[in-house]
Amino acid sequence: MNRVIPLQSGAAACDSQDRAILKERGQREVFCGLTGIIWLHRKIQDAFFLVVGSRTCAHLVQSAAGVMIFAEPRFATAIIDDHDLAGLADANEELDRVVDQLLTRRPDIKMLFLVGSCPSEVIKLDLSRAAERLSKTYTPRVRILNYSGSGIETTFTQGEDACLAALAKEIPRHAQDHPAQREVDLLIVGCLADVVEDQFSRIFNELGIESYAFFPPRRSGDIPCLGPNTRYLLVQPFLTETARVLDDMGAKRIPAPFPLGVEGTEAWFVAAAKAFGIDPNHVEKVIAPKRQRANLALERQRQVLSGRSIFFFPDSQLEIPLARFLHRELGMQLTEIGMPYIHRQHLAEELALLPAEVSLSEGQDVEKQLDRCRNYRPDMVVCGLGLANPLEAEGLTTKWSIELVFTPIQGFDQAADLAELFARPLVRRTKLAA
Amino acid sequence: MKLTLWTYEGPPHIGAMRIATAMEGVHYVLHAPQGDTYADLLFTMIERMNKRPPVTYTTFQARDLGGDTAELFKDAARSAYARFKPDLLMVGASCTAELIQDDPGGLAAALQLSVPVLPLELPAYQKKENWGAAETFYQMVRLLGKDYVLSPGEKRKPRPAGLPPSCNILGPTALGFRHRDDLVEIRKLLRQIGVRVNVVAPLGAKPEDISRLHEADFNVVLYPEVANSAAQWLSKNFGQPSTKTIPIGFNATRAFIEEVCTLAQIHCDIDELTKRSRARWYALSVDSTYLTNKRVFIFGDATHAIAAAKVASQEMGFQVVGLGTYSRELAREVREAASQYGIEALITDDYLEVEQRITELQPELILGSQMERHIAKRLKIPCAVISAPIHVQDFPARYSPQMGFEGANVLFDTWVHPLMMGLEEHLIGMFREDFEFHDGAAPSHLGHGHQRTPANEASVASEPAPVPEVAVANGAPVTESVWEPEAQKELNKIPFFVRGKAKRNTERFAIERGLPTISLETLYDAKAHFGR
Ligand code: SF4
Ligand code: SF4
Repeated sequence: MNRVIPLQSGAAACDSQDRAILKERGQREVFCGLTGIIWLHRKIQDAFFLVVGSRTCAHLVQSAAGVMIFAEPRFATAIIDDHDLAGLADANEELDRVVDQLLTRRPDIKMLFLVGSCPSEVIKLDLSRAAERLSKTYTPRVRILNYSGSGIETTFTQGEDACLAALAKEIPRHAQDHPAQREVDLLIVGCLADVVEDQFSRIFNELGIESYAFFPPRRSGDIPCLGPNTRYLLVQPFLTETARVLDDMGAKRIPAPFPLGVEGTEAWFVAAAKAFGIDPNHVEKVIAPKRQRANLALERQRQVLSGRSIFFFPDSQLEIPLARFLHRELGMQLTEIGMPYIHRQHLAEELALLPAEVSLSEGQDVEKQLDRCRNYRPDMVVCGLGLANPLEAEGLTTKWSIELVFTPIQGFDQAADLAELFARPLVRRTKLAA
Repeated sequence: MKLTLWTYEGPPHIGAMRIATAMEGVHYVLHAPQGDTYADLLFTMIERMNKRPPVTYTTFQARDLGGDTAELFKDAARSAYARFKPDLLMVGASCTAELIQDDPGGLAAALQLSVPVLPLELPAYQKKENWGAAETFYQMVRLLGKDYVLSPGEKRKPRPAGLPPSCNILGPTALGFRHRDDLVEIRKLLRQIGVRVNVVAPLGAKPEDISRLHEADFNVVLYPEVANSAAQWLSKNFGQPSTKTIPIGFNATRAFIEEVCTLAQIHCDIDELTKRSRARWYALSVDSTYLTNKRVFIFGDATHAIAAAKVASQEMGFQVVGLGTYSRELAREVREAASQYGIEALITDDYLEVEQRITELQPELILGSQMERHIAKRLKIPCAVISAPIHVQDFPARYSPQMGFEGANVLFDTWVHPLMMGLEEHLIGMFREDFEFHDGAAPSHLGHGHQRTPANEASVASEPAPVPEVAVANGAPVTESVWEPEAQKELNKIPFFVRGKAKRNTERFAIERGLPTISLETLYDAKAHFGR
């Protein structure tokens, strides 16, 4: 199960099972899964997210990205109040009323996600039954799904996973029953920026993989269809539940590192090509010019980043692939890589590429971790928005991890952009010191 | 259950955080799920503070729920105490922890820590941020002041002769709208008047300072939303009166000085203090004539909204066409204020209702919070921010108070800025046929955001006009009137900044009268009808 793809000669062959991982329980400084709504509502363009939660949830969604950017966002909160809790009102009737109000206001909505929160889970409001009930009223005009983004169940990017898992359950399994839908051999799973999707499409076409689709689709009506031999590739390391749903439907995961950096992107495409039995010579012909161009672009950032040390606080789950890229392609020194949660199977190929001596930590006790970080005094710290300015004030240079979720960073042509995200704070420090 | 797109206030524990973060030597242990740690970024990113708020969250997860979340709380409290050694520990629950009923107060008491513990019960499903701040401050003042309370019938000792009068300044918090700068301005003013500041709280205060509040002769309440309940308790138990006037604007600052002098039983030369104010003269200057009767809509927390309405109408010469607040606790005060302008106050925390009212009123300027700034942007109405909720841009690096004489200067600048300056309006009118001075050229001070392109100009113009009644002509109701080319040409001669309004008004006028076409005559009839 722990298959190591020999990528390049010299890749550290290290069994991820043997690694010592520091597991900590204490205060976690990480957003809850509701945060995913901030980018998901931009990604699935006819979907609306209704959080069923408290004033805190509403406040979180509007503050998480600091983004009071959209005057009319495609998300809202149904705030539970005293009446619902005291049983003075039937919470289900109340929810129906709110949904009706919302859909009257936004007739353009084609898909509605009811998003569970800590309070709705603690009071055991059954949103999946609510979604079923409401679907009866609104199908076919609006499809109504549900998932939980609660902080007691999910951290930050896990909310996206929960959302995509809910959406994956909607994937039709037999094309003959759904003649309008496209049956695909390859499903690319995880949110990508449109520009990256378009680049990846061109590469798949060049490779000769023609029957593929991206998931989630840009419009909710374009959900592709699984075939008997459909395989899928993850673009994000946090799609545990989504992968499970797809596995249950009989789709097969193609194990691969994640498409971050030149090396990761190449390995990711190579894994796909191999799964479809494409001639390695042809693959090399397609990839080589892209690899070359990307490496050229990386050169400038390498000069800034090489030899610098970096520390990761757990946040987006992208930490391990990012560390691998920064270490192997840009020569950065890794101190501690913190992850909210490490999915050993999905990360097996990534872990194999990390040097053996790096410390990995899972979970968090933020105070102790801060002590370790201060001890290392790394050249750069990757952390959440709550920690960034205080660490800057201590003289450390930081990069906010949320930016890595919002920015297009996957693929060959983004490798240098990704490196630049890390170079910029260092360049700025030098500039301001001069 | 209530549908909310944006919320004006956070939950009450955010209010408590604003008190804890404002103070020194205080730590807050908050029973909360991991996601609630987002609140830190309000202080570190929005307010750009250089340290984390003094809050430890228990960050429980689903798998803890079956087990012992109470134990988790105790652990967190114990280690926070050991690490931060605070002089006072606040404990409480966020909305989710409230549901699991662990009783942080009781649990913390059981730990027998050697510092005062302030247990907070802030009902998250009924109350909101400002209430939470006020309650926290009040409970703290009570806890730390209880040993000094006057016994029944006991009178306050008179101030010893020769000692200058003293006051406390109450209300400024972390994450407050310009609280830091207001404080500087008010301290300066009090020094000029000859009043000593005993304690400022909560901003910058230590718990021991809170227990010294009773030593002052009176209290200056800057932000009633936060400080009223504490001030009332202080007045009841220590016989300390407090100020009522909020020194926002030129007139109110003068009134505030008078009130302070009365409470302090001293005399000062108000005219002398007033001399350096520019706001008053700027408002009187000739180019400000253009500001006369600009129609303004005001919404925000009660204190800032009421004050802004006063300044707008009495000091800027604007016409207040809308006034409202989300502070339900002070609804009565806002209603009273609104009645002075012959309008009905809008009391709501529903962003959509505010948007609706603004759309109906079509004001020329909006004074509001960041929410109203969004509405304004969409409706392309100039706007200035006067109240929380706030964003990072509301914490400017420069000194920018709202209170006192300097505050009045700042108000003049920030409110007039989004509007066309008198001189500029004048020139654009004069040179509107000039090829370089055409409608598309944005006024110099408005920046890119306000660039008028044919596209967005068209989008303003094509917005559906509100159609109140539909008259009937020739049997069929007229719902749309067509512009005759000649009338259209004339319309285009109207300066662009009022053209949208002229177009809407004329169309409404035509529809109400059942006119299927708009002629030159209709245009001028409508102008005469609506003219002010
Ligand atoms: S990072 Fe700062 S400036 Fe940017 S959106 Fe967030 S709070 Fe605003
Ligand atoms: S952690 Fe829970 S209560 Fe807090 S914002 Fe997230 S879902 Fe809401």
